[in-house]
Amino acid sequence: MRKVIPGFPFTLGLTMFYLSIILLLPLAAFVFFAGGMGWEKFVAKATEWRIVHGYIISFACALSAALINSVFGLILAWTLVRYDFPGKRVMDGLIDLPFALPTAVAGIALTTLYTENGWLGQFFYAIGVPTAFSAVGITIALIFVGIPFVTRSVQPVLKDLDRQTEEAAMLLGASKWLTFQKIIFPELVSPLLTGFALAFARGIGEYGSVVFIAGNKPFETEIAPLLIMTELEQFDYQAAAAVAIVMLSISFISLLAINGYQRYRIGRRGV
Amino acid sequence: MSEKTVKYFLIFVGALFLFTMLILPLTLVAFEAFAKGYDAYIAAISEPFSQKALYLTIEATIIAVVLNTAFGLASAWLLTKYDFSGKTVLGSLIDLPFAISPVVAGLFFIMLFGRLSPFYPILSEYEIAVVFAVPGIILATIFVTFPFITRELVPIMETQGRAEEEAAATMGASGFTIFRKVTLPNIKWGLLYGIILCAARAMGEFGAVSVVSGHIRGKTNTLPLHIEILYNEYNFTASFAVASILVFLAIIILVLRNAVEWRAERSGKYGL
Repeated sequence: MRKVIPGFPFTLGLTMFYLSIILLLPLAAFVFFAGGMGWEKFVAKATEWRIVHGYIISFACALSAALINSVFGLILAWTLVRYDFPGKRVMDGLIDLPFALPTAVAGIALTTLYTENGWLGQFFYAIGVPTAFSAVGITIALIFVGIPFVTRSVQPVLKDLDRQTEEAAMLLGASKWLTFQKIIFPELVSPLLTGFALAFARGIGEYGSVVFIAGNKPFETEIAPLLIMTELEQFDYQAAAAVAIVMLSISFISLLAINGYQRYRIGRRGV
Repeated sequence: MSEKTVKYFLIFVGALFLFTMLILPLTLVAFEAFAKGYDAYIAAISEPFSQKALYLTIEATIIAVVLNTAFGLASAWLLTKYDFSGKTVLGSLIDLPFAISPVVAGLFFIMLFGRLSPFYPILSEYEIAVVFAVPGIILATIFVTFPFITRELVPIMETQGRAEEEAAATMGASGFTIFRKVTLPNIKWGLLYGIILCAARAMGEFGAVSVVSGHIRGKTNTLPLHIEILYNEYNFTASFAVASILVFLAIIILVLRNAVEWRAERSGKYGL
């Protein structure tokens, strides 16, 4: 087929050249290198208890943080779209702060905030919840980095939602809550899942905001990305690659699963 | 519960959440940065290593943003103006960095250019250092930030369609003229928005840069890495003072971002 608009070879060439240098070449080097370690060494390293514990911590904390963000993200999207109140614009603008603020800054600020004598930590420690240097702390840091994802996925969908069905339901005598449950929420499941998946994927790989508040105690609060760093510092590149392969698999499988579920839902509802 | 109660309850919950998670950490940075007074603050941020780190951060951010803008424009144009096989695969490849941990991204570059790489003997013969040097930092920064602009532009250019460009092409305009006169005016706010997001992430990147930098003070330390070193030395005041520079930059980015969105809404050319 002939291309009407000129510039196809140029843009294709530039895009492929850039992708090759920045993405494909490093990826190929990694695959080549990791392949050289052999199956047995990979399994031995990837199933070491300290490493497995790292995946579990990363997975569990990213999952809880993404769930908490889904709840608050939905509330925030709802208030910003459906209500008018003073300070709304500021609140809306503030939500993107985690995208703009470097994670290392967030990391040291949250750690200081949640230590035993910190502004917020003192209250948590008083009721027996150690917020710093624990899994709770890791989750707090991951909540911070994940805040914008859910809100920003749900907000536009909620804004464009057709109000007629809603009004019809109310006219037929449905309560506000029932209308939300049956009419509005089903429309929001898809963006909610997208936001959840993005926040979760970010949480699994997050390093900067977590290293400070985690305390990095072996078998307790070591996250998977930190274990890669530790292996690298000992110049055990193959071990680092083994951990990286498992981490990449976890993120890819989670993203694929959520994409698959989205397709299945769309197919079933015929939208 | 009346409808009003629900409304105020939800606003309160949302505001409280943002206050504890976002406002308090920002306030704390300012508070800790000035904990030992104004003079200590100035001393901490004007110290030579902090200055060097600031310059390196700016250098890496500018290079990454400029190259990624060129790539973003070319790839978004390619993905929206033509039909070709393998388009979906290309789109997914561009999204890949979102699914890869920055630490793993750093590891990729260590494998490609580091001590154990097949290229290493050639590179060292010409005394070219990539890993544990500035080029590695720039490459890692580019890697984690290159999808941002493409991602921002593709949906906008998709809704705009190809009709205007095709009309211009039939009348004999060259590719570059079409881009400059037809496409660019339609996507300028989206492009600016993507650039802002890209710059924000580039200046704050920590994991990927941490892996490839080697943490050499005054040479391969960016601002975020410098903050980590100071913090781990228990030099908290200096660490928060340096952090306050980044908070300041982050606030500028947020304000710019909101200004761009506001202008785009007004001109109706945001395309979202």
